[in-house]
Amino acid sequence: MSSGKRLDRKPALAALVLIALWPLAALAHLGSGEAGGFLSGLSHPVSGLDHVIAMVAVGLWGAQLGMPALWVLPVAFPMLMAFGGMLGLIGIPLPGVEIGIAVSAVVLGAMVLGQVRLPLFAAVGMVAFFAVFHGHAHGTELEPGQNAMLYSLGFVMATGMLHAAGITGGLIHRWDLGRQALRGAGALVTAGGLYFLWGAVG
Amino acid sequence: MSRSGVFTSVAAVLLALPAAAQAHLVTSGLGPFYDGALHLLLSPGDLLGLVAAALLAGLRGARAGRLTVIALPMCWLLAGMIGLRLPVAPDLTWLSVLSFMILGVLVAADTRLPAVAAASLGGAYGALHGLLNGTALAAMGAGPSTLFGIVLTVFLLALLTAAAVVPARALWARVAVRVAGSWVVAVGMLMLGWLAQGAA
Repeated sequence: MSSGKRLDRKPALAALVLIALWPLAALAHLGSGEAGGFLSGLSHPVSGLDHVIAMVAVGLWGAQLGMPALWVLPVAFPMLMAFGGMLGLIGIPLPGVEIGIAVSAVVLGAMVLGQVRLPLFAAVGMVAFFAVFHGHAHGTELEPGQNAMLYSLGFVMATGMLHAAGITGGLIHRWDLGRQALRGAGALVTAGGLYFLWGAVG
Repeated sequence: MSRSGVFTSVAAVLLALPAAAQAHLVTSGLGPFYDGALHLLLSPGDLLGLVAAALLAGLRGARAGRLTVIALPMCWLLAGMIGLRLPVAPDLTWLSVLSFMILGVLVAADTRLPAVAAASLGGAYGALHGLLNGTALAAMGAGPSTLFGIVLTVFLLALLTAAAVVPARALWARVAVRVAGSWVVAVGMLMLGWLAQGAA
């Protein structure tokens, strides 16, 4: 090896030794991202009005249908929605997701507006079908560095709360005036769905 | 090899050495026992199945509740003690997610299991997570005191949850429990997706 080459290697060698001997920064740290993940998941469903009106409509329709749909729909929906989210996460595409979400609001609102009483299996099947679109679109948007489990928990809980809000509001159907108001709410959901459908198609 | 060559080689080896695992417990400031208690409360992966097991036991009545409240922490403790002595920490994340999903499905469906079966499922869940906790604690250099803190918190949470559900006879209360079970399943499904994607 020539002396010139040896001289050239000295700066690199010095840098390498310096890096190797560099004291490690303290690695103790507070857990970070956990609360952010939960809050992000919790706020995600309520940040999209298309999702909100469809979820509330599920609750309204459940209240209108009464038992057992009142509890079957909110039990089935989160699981099917998460199934849709899982499809999205493992890369299985679902065509027309935004259209599907908008149509879900149109159809569910129309069910409430028309006080349509479908058989339980048909009602669950319809809600389950739409739930997959909602999960596929909204369940997969984890920000980097956030805790996936807490994000998922927040997302599922917020969706459940929207159902609960719909069910609670839907209890007004016990009164004549309440029934009319409920149908009016269904009309609003349908109108909102049509607005989002226009945006999704256009 | 020249002296500079040796230095270069040593430095390169030092740089290439894998860093030691830096996982550690959140410090409560109250010693290892409470560090363990806090660890469980800050571990949603452990909590979801624990709550689901207690909800399932509560739905199945007082006997199932009593058996589960005994079996779950006992299995957690025994498996944890074994885990503390294992040289390696197995990666059983998938199994962990599947375990709480199964419990969630049983809660959501309000499955009519015998009390012993409900307690056995709780015990199996406790054994799995105790083993995972034990190996993780060993890797962090924590000992049995921390495990005792975890197990006592497991016992208290299982006891309180089952005790809250056992007397629930109103339809809405049982529906709320089943909805909670469906949420556990939903979180599990999303977690499976995240795991497949490598984000969890």
